[in-house]
Amino acid sequence: MATEAHGAEEGGLVFHPMDQFKLSKLFCTDDPSTAVNECQIDIGMFTITNSTLWMALAVVAVIALMVFGTSRRATIPGRTQSIAELAYGFVYKMVEDVAGKDAVGFFPYIMTLFMFVVFANFLGLLPMSFSTTSHFAVTVVLAMMVFLTVTIVGFVKNGAKFLGLFWVSSAPLALRPVLAIIEIISYFVRPVSHSIRLAGNVMAGHAVIKVFAGFAAIAVVSPVSVVAITAMYGLEVLVAFIQAYVFTILTCVYLKDALHPSH
Amino acid sequence: MATETHEATGHAADAAASAPGMPQLDFSNWANQIFWLLVTLVVIYLVLSRIALPRIGAVLAERQGTITNDIAKAEELKQLAVEAEDAYNKALADARVEAGGIVADAKADIQKDLDKALAKADAEIAAKAAEGEKAIAEIRSSALKSVKEVAKDTAKELVASMGGKADAKALTAAINARMKG
Repeated sequence: MATEAHGAEEGGLVFHPMDQFKLSKLFCTDDPSTAVNECQIDIGMFTITNSTLWMALAVVAVIALMVFGTSRRATIPGRTQSIAELAYGFVYKMVEDVAGKDAVGFFPYIMTLFMFVVFANFLGLLPMSFSTTSHFAVTVVLAMMVFLTVTIVGFVKNGAKFLGLFWVSSAPLALRPVLAIIEIISYFVRPVSHSIRLAGNVMAGHAVIKVFAGFAAIAVVSPVSVVAITAMYGLEVLVAFIQAYVFTILTCVYLKDALHPSH
Repeated sequence: MATETHEATGHAADAAASAPGMPQLDFSNWANQIFWLLVTLVVIYLVLSRIALPRIGAVLAERQGTITNDIAKAEELKQLAVEAEDAYNKALADARVEAGGIVADAKADIQKDLDKALAKADAEIAAKAAEGEKAIAEIRSSALKSVKEVAKDTAKELVASMGGKADAKALTAAINARMKG
């Protein structure tokens, strides 16, 4: 039945925009005689998958840029070193400006998040690649790490005063309990929006490109389709950076709340 | 039907993947992704915090130091240049004054020489003029004498031709009287 349905689908336009997000074991061959793709089931915790591969490539890219790119330690930087310094200065300034001077200790942590997200996003734009940041499993972990860090740092640094974050002292007294409820809800929604924003943006862009690519099967539409893919790709390049930036700056904003909870 | 149920159970694990759903919501592979993500983040964190960030920070600090030093050095050199310019201007002014002195001295010398030469020339000219005057006077007096004699002779001849006998004394007196007028 399933194969039959699949076969009927092959006749017309074929859209599988979400297939690109499927995890698949590496070093594994699919037995074509079975309907099930053996590589996509029973993925254990330590199995090497395409997701693992592209995470590893992100690590390689980060090391290539930040370590090998700066190995000459030149006073007058070359191209690669300039980019590494630019990334350093960009995130450092963001942490200092948004989260405050006392947040500089968190700079390596925030830099790690930024470098991973930005490289995962850009590597995901390569044709045939896998976007690790399009998976909620990844972004939820990233967002929860930020959420837990912020909450723990907030209580450790400020103690019970951290709860002042929810008690808007500048509002009229009657409004404060209402505002406190809203503030608490918004505080706990943060990791949700933080993670879904990133994965949603990346996934949506890739899926739209895939849909346009499906339309290219019709000869008459294909020029439009190719132009649309090109345009979307340009937009996605922008989104890849902007989402990494947004993720990082929000982390800084949340961190500022933890360090200076007063409104 | 039997095969259908069998296939359905076989697909159970693969349900999210084969159905037109989101692979993101297939929670069976979350453990895998989360594990490898944590590995990735730890590796990046260690590389950045141990190697890359201190290195880049050092390079940036060093560059800042170099720039500050270079600016200070440039300021120093600029000060030196200003001093050198002042010294040059002073030397120039001194040289101008000295040159003015030398020119004045030379002028005075030249004037002295000139005056001397002029005086000498004047003296020579005066001597020459006196000589000339003397010569002219001589010539004039000799000419006068000749004229007197010619006149006397002419007058004597004239008187003789007119048939008279010329009184030499009267003739001379008459001629002298004429010559004076």
